[in-house]
Amino acid sequence: MTTVSSPEKSSHHGEKKNPGPFPPKGLPFIRLQNIKKRFGPVIALDGIDLAIYPGEVTALVGDNGAGKSTLIKIISGVLKPDEGELSLNGKVYKHLTPSRAIELGISTVYQDLALVDCLDVASNIFLGREPLKAAFFVDKKRMNKESEELLRRLNVSIPSVTTPVEFLSGGQRQGVAVARSIKLQGRMLIFDEPTAAMGVSESAKVLELIRSLGDEGFAVLVISHNLHHVFAIADRICVLRNGRLIKNIRKEDTDLEEVVGFIVDSNQGRSKGTEAKTRQ
Amino acid sequence: MEKSKDKIIKISAKNSLPQLLLIFVLLGMALFLSLASPFFLTWENLRNILDHSSLYIILALGMTFVIASGGIDLSVGAVAALSGVCMAVAMKGGLGVGASILIGLAVGAATGTLNGAVISFLKINPFIVTLGFMSLWRGLSLIITGGIPIYGFPRGFTWWGSGHIGPLNPPILLAALLGLFAAILLNMSRFGYYTLALGGNEEALRRSGVSIHLYKNLVYMLCGVTAALGGLVVTARLNTAEPLAGWMLELDSIAAVVLGGTSMNGGRGSIAGTLIACLLLGTLRNGLVILSIPSYYQQLLIGLIILLAVIFAEVRSRKKISGSKPNSR
Repeated sequence: MTTVSSPEKSSHHGEKKNPGPFPPKGLPFIRLQNIKKRFGPVIALDGIDLAIYPGEVTALVGDNGAGKSTLIKIISGVLKPDEGELSLNGKVYKHLTPSRAIELGISTVYQDLALVDCLDVASNIFLGREPLKAAFFVDKKRMNKESEELLRRLNVSIPSVTTPVEFLSGGQRQGVAVARSIKLQGRMLIFDEPTAAMGVSESAKVLELIRSLGDEGFAVLVISHNLHHVFAIADRICVLRNGRLIKNIRKEDTDLEEVVGFIVDSNQGRSKGTEAKTRQ
Repeated sequence: MEKSKDKIIKISAKNSLPQLLLIFVLLGMALFLSLASPFFLTWENLRNILDHSSLYIILALGMTFVIASGGIDLSVGAVAALSGVCMAVAMKGGLGVGASILIGLAVGAATGTLNGAVISFLKINPFIVTLGFMSLWRGLSLIITGGIPIYGFPRGFTWWGSGHIGPLNPPILLAALLGLFAAILLNMSRFGYYTLALGGNEEALRRSGVSIHLYKNLVYMLCGVTAALGGLVVTARLNTAEPLAGWMLELDSIAAVVLGGTSMNGGRGSIAGTLIACLLLGTLRNGLVILSIPSYYQQLLIGLIILLAVIFAEVRSRKKISGSKPNSR
């Protein structure tokens, strides 16, 4: 019971109904400053400034090659930025490593890569963190009980925690992967195309889960191509184009058409000079 | 909720289907043999079967872990010979029985770890790595002995092959204890969970912060130790350390593991299945002898059984995947 960790709800969480001055008060979970990354001659990220807050679902949108994946790889420590810094917990880092990122509570939720099909749900949730009895035996009872509690809290319905993961649907797998990230002490959860290759009702469940994670106080970052999904769950929408963050806007202050416009660059002239600095 | 419970029971029943099938085949074969020959159902003969099977059980237990982790170890027969030769050399050099056995087991552990190290650190296909070591250890055994068997050991050593503990033999008890230990290890320990995870999805295990290298090395080390225990049994039983001992033993142990329902693709392993399959193959060999069928046909029949078992298991798992996961991969 007590091992289920939940981030503390920060003070700005309560004021959600009327969005405060932008950016909102409260401390960000992570703040990126002037992040630059190039691959040979290609500039993947060109000075990104971005803050991600606990209790918020931030959606990262943009066309293919806009730099979304590069950005989340830098946040999760897989890639090192060429320039810029990341601040977390009052500390400033030039770059993170995957294990450092996990220590700091940054967890990427992989739908397929993170789960072992042949092991059951509880074993997957606890993989690498199995509780022991008598310093040798895996405490299966405790694993099952805590997994059930965690999944119930996340509102993920699966037949039983002793079902092998291979028998689960895409949405259920996503739910187990989330539970696993939380078990790894995740404070910030990153989703890369969480609803890819999923049916309508399955997607709806996953979106509901992601939304509830934001409400529970986690900092959530989602990459998605599906703007309807983005508008269903996001508090904040960040538009990347050609390695620049050209828009960082609350969902209430925009609409789907406008975001499509930002992504496909319909206002070329306006964006060139000024829009790159939208974030005051 | 009730419905889903039913589904789970069905799933677990389906998962142990190969083992149930094996038990039926074993019982059927025993029934046939006891009707066909008056010698089959005597305690002497049954003990014979257990005694012969124990060597295969000991080797197949380690092999179960390796195959469940998605690997394979072709070097076990050669390692059995090498460790037997090392024990013999140590004893002839004046060392005590206990120390010599420990040296043999250490040789097994070292060769296993070497397999694991090359496979995990250099990321080379286990089939090729262990094939190479198979030839290497066999050659080393021949070099050490000059091709001539070493024989004549103290009673304390031969007891491990032909001694008596009540109505049973040390190899039978060793196999039984090892089987119990392996079952606990595979199903109830972190090592067992990680062995299955290695075979199921190595990347997921890596991402959860578990050292892949450590556990792969441990899996192959365990297999090396069981191969050395097999070497102990063979050498003690014959009172001879032969450089060519354990010939084709890798094939027999792999056959038993696969027949027992452990997946060649990794991720699934059954100690009970391995034990039953070893007994099945032991009974089959015994039956062929009792029915005085020429030994050439034994080889042929065992090959046929292995092929059928692998085909059966593979077709079953393919059906399962296409049935349960329509939209992924």
